[in-house]
Amino acid sequence: MGLDPVVLFFLLGVAARLLRTDLRLPEALYEGLSIYLLLAIGLKGGVELARQPLATVLPQSVAVVLLGLALPLLAFPVLRRIGRLDRYDAAAIAAHYGSVSMVTYAVAVAYLGDIGVDYEPYLPLFVVLLEVPGIVVGILLAKLGEPTRRIDWQSLAHEVLLGRSILLLSGGLLIGWIAGPQALAPQAQLFFDLFKGVLALFMLEMGIVAAGRIRELRRTGAFLVAFGTLVPLAFAVIGAFTGRLIGLSLGGTTLLATLAASASYIAAPAAMRIAVPQANPSLSLAAALGVTFPFNVVIGIAFYHWLATQVHAP
Amino acid sequence: MSTHPRKLVVIITESALEQALAREVIDLGAHGYTIADVRGRGSQGTREAAWEADRNIRIEVICDEQVAQRIAQSLREKYYDDFAMTLYIADIGVLRPEKF
Repeated sequence: MGLDPVVLFFLLGVAARLLRTDLRLPEALYEGLSIYLLLAIGLKGGVELARQPLATVLPQSVAVVLLGLALPLLAFPVLRRIGRLDRYDAAAIAAHYGSVSMVTYAVAVAYLGDIGVDYEPYLPLFVVLLEVPGIVVGILLAKLGEPTRRIDWQSLAHEVLLGRSILLLSGGLLIGWIAGPQALAPQAQLFFDLFKGVLALFMLEMGIVAAGRIRELRRTGAFLVAFGTLVPLAFAVIGAFTGRLIGLSLGGTTLLATLAASASYIAAPAAMRIAVPQANPSLSLAAALGVTFPFNVVIGIAFYHWLATQVHAP
Repeated sequence: MSTHPRKLVVIITESALEQALAREVIDLGAHGYTIADVRGRGSQGTREAAWEADRNIRIEVICDEQVAQRIAQSLREKYYDDFAMTLYIADIGVLRPEKF
């Protein structure tokens, strides 16, 4: 199996960084691309959401939220006991792994497109649903047993719920849902046909950024490398079984496994910095961005697809 | 041209604090502030601003001595333990004292 060009772009970015070139995407371009990706994913899901009976989507959504709540609770004791991290660092990392990575999802969608596997088109809804629970559980884990410090839920809710990713994903979902496929047809070229090209450009930048974290990993040690690869594998198994349980197709199961395995590196770091400032942000970013993201896009997604075929085997 | 003495409070810190600090310096009596994105290196390592979760800002506040001390003390108590933060105060002269 040849590597997806999207992954090759990522590796080019990694190489550029490791070779100490001064290649960088301008910040405005990076932000523009990320806005595009979030909107495109949302729109695509929204167009299809209108066609789905609520009776199917609703119970599935509940299960997905429960999955999002469970994952950080599983990660936390591992980080505490095996990683010997303090409560704050463990809770912050657990929040990153409970939440999800939109770009990892996009790469998995591109992968499924390449091998011609269909998936439930409303899956972007699950990306939205999985983003927040992990962060909330992480904050609670950090704050439990610490009665002195209050949590400012109001500003935190603003930070988490009105962060760029939730706003644009759900905004895209809503626009797609309200407008419908016919009305969006004139924009399909921009938002759907160009998607993979834009994703490739974005992955170039992701490669540069992820490779920049490698130096920190040398300092933080082997545990985070092991954690950043083994925990996604375990979470993918849980995600795959959940997908099977709630009746997702092979493609949908692959995507849910990928989401469970992915770790947030945009929404979670911002929220944890505000809510749990005692946690060292470079630990969670090194794991989520330096280990898990590259692992998922280069090896993980293909493996999660295989995993999905196993749980779907009769 | 004669100038009037004021203090320039410069805070270099994590961009995660931007909104909170912007609100706080006003609450502590400053009349305004200027914020810029910056990158650099310090005791918490290189901060290249390469990642949105990892950016640094510089906040400049021109104010009188009293407000400057209030800001310095309040920020030291609230943020020095957990955040990368550098704060210094410089003597400057302004042309329009009523503005600061």
